Amino acid sequence: MTRQRREAVWGMAFITPWLVGFLCFTLGPMLTSLWLSLNKYDLVTHQFVGFENYRRILQADPLFWKSLQNTVLYAVFTVPLGIAGSLAIALLLNQKVRGIPVFRTCFYLPSMVPAVAGALVWSWVFNADNGVLNQALGFLGLPHIQWLQDERYTLFAFVLMSLWGVGGQRMIIFLAGLQGISETYYEAAKIDGASVLQQFRHITLPMLSPVMFFNMVLGVIGAFQVFTSAYIMTSGGPNNASLFYALYLFRNAFEYFKFGKAAALAWLLFVLLLGLTLVQFKNSKKWVFYEGEAK
Amino acid sequence: MKKALVWLALVAGSLMFCVPFAWTLSTAFKTSEEYARNPAALVPTHPTLANFPKAWTALPFPTFVLNTVVITLVCTVASVVTGSLVAYGFSRFRFRWRNVLFCAMLATMMLPGQVTQIPVFLIWRDLHAIDTFAPLIVPAFFGGGAFNIFLMRQFFLTIPRELDEAALMDGASYPQIWWRVLLPLSGPVIATVSIFAFLANWDAFEGPLIYLNSPEKYTVSVGLRMFQDSYGTNFEQLMAASVIHILPTVVLFLIAQRYFLKGISLSGLGGR
Repeated sequence: MTRQRREAVWGMAFITPWLVGFLCFTLGPMLTSLWLSLNKYDLVTHQFVGFENYRRILQADPLFWKSLQNTVLYAVFTVPLGIAGSLAIALLLNQKVRGIPVFRTCFYLPSMVPAVAGALVWSWVFNADNGVLNQALGFLGLPHIQWLQDERYTLFAFVLMSLWGVGGQRMIIFLAGLQGISETYYEAAKIDGASVLQQFRHITLPMLSPVMFFNMVLGVIGAFQVFTSAYIMTSGGPNNASLFYALYLFRNAFEYFKFGKAAALAWLLFVLLLGLTLVQFKNSKKWVFYEGEAK
Repeated sequence: MKKALVWLALVAGSLMFCVPFAWTLSTAFKTSEEYARNPAALVPTHPTLANFPKAWTALPFPTFVLNTVVITLVCTVASVVTGSLVAYGFSRFRFRWRNVLFCAMLATMMLPGQVTQIPVFLIWRDLHAIDTFAPLIVPAFFGGGAFNIFLMRQFFLTIPRELDEAALMDGASYPQIWWRVLLPLSGPVIATVSIFAFLANWDAFEGPLIYLNSPEKYTVSVGLRMFQDSYGTNFEQLMAASVIHILPTVVLFLIAQRYFLKGISLSGLGGR
């Protein structure tokens, strides 16, 4: 055997675990779920129905639209707020002041809390009778709010809770980006008399745009998958105000056992996320700046 | 002046982020009488440890913890071993379709889990593996996920190839190079990947919720939810149980902080 051939054989051998897993747990199931989505498949029946599942979901399923609306609203609020929040924290932590490691730990820790424990802690923070938030409102002389029982406030409560995690991985990625910006740009700008704000606008933001883009793409995908907190804190209530897409899909699959419909919901989600990601990639050419790329 | 403002913002911000923690802790140490009287007090007047043993024995918590530890440890070791093998293959060998396969692997990171969830569930059902640990453990033996493999491959690329070549000259086989040359030099990335794998499994909720039915097989996440159902109004004990769940991750973070924050930045995810 030639050396090249031997190398190729060994290379394939080493990636075999992933390849087998990919075929058995990703590619195969993907195709199967596409096929299932064209079937009426529950505990009693299993028959091919063509696009009937999709037609019903899109035309005659108010809960699908409700869950989509909730999820889109959640994403519209949490993605920009999350990016702004994590960028703000990263900017603060990038300053040269005392005690940065302690502050970094304080900001990062909440994102380490297991999802279920986090949801329990927050359902207590939002507790209508004696939760911390209402106690604070009472202290300020404001009326108590039924955070998780009044459908006008529930989505807002979830957005608020998501902000607790902004000090996590996304912030670290921003921080790494900030530390990668060469000091010389700022020095040159200072000599030219640029204000702090101008430096931020014309140096920091463009240099960070690739990182921001990365955070945005992953943020949108993450926002569309919110599940555990809603499952634990409200079970989608009140009056479906926190019925998020992933929760609705889970119910159809593992509570009503409508596998065909749930597969169709999953593919709709996939196509939607793929579309959103492509749009973001297309848009990114307008605002994302890559250092060293010829203009 | 500017430094003082930054410092003030940092203090205010970290306090805000720590509030839910502080109250969780203080509630866990309160007696039920005190909690009923003054739920918002930050410092309990008569701190008690009684909630912890109560929460610990109200449900089979020791069993939940044992189950979670078993699943987490097996998955973590399996992800590191198989993931590093795959990463070795992708970083050091030239073969047909390598780049296509690598891109396919990266693309799976974008795939919402729901798309494969139902068929995978049906596979395990047909194998009569529902209500066993198999559906939670076996997938970790196939590389432990794309992100895991990606992190390790990026790290392997930073190790000079000359080391491989030298070992090859000395008559080492490829598996020996993986085991004797690459792994001993990969401490930081192995630590990062292990921490991620540990956290993901300690935290996992949807998988155990779908696959485990009998309470004696529950993990802490699913068990805590059961606790919420049966002791939902007993906040002191619920918070004590939550503290038990949170504690290992916080301890792990404090110990491994350095690796943790570094591993992310050196992984090349900084956008360049």
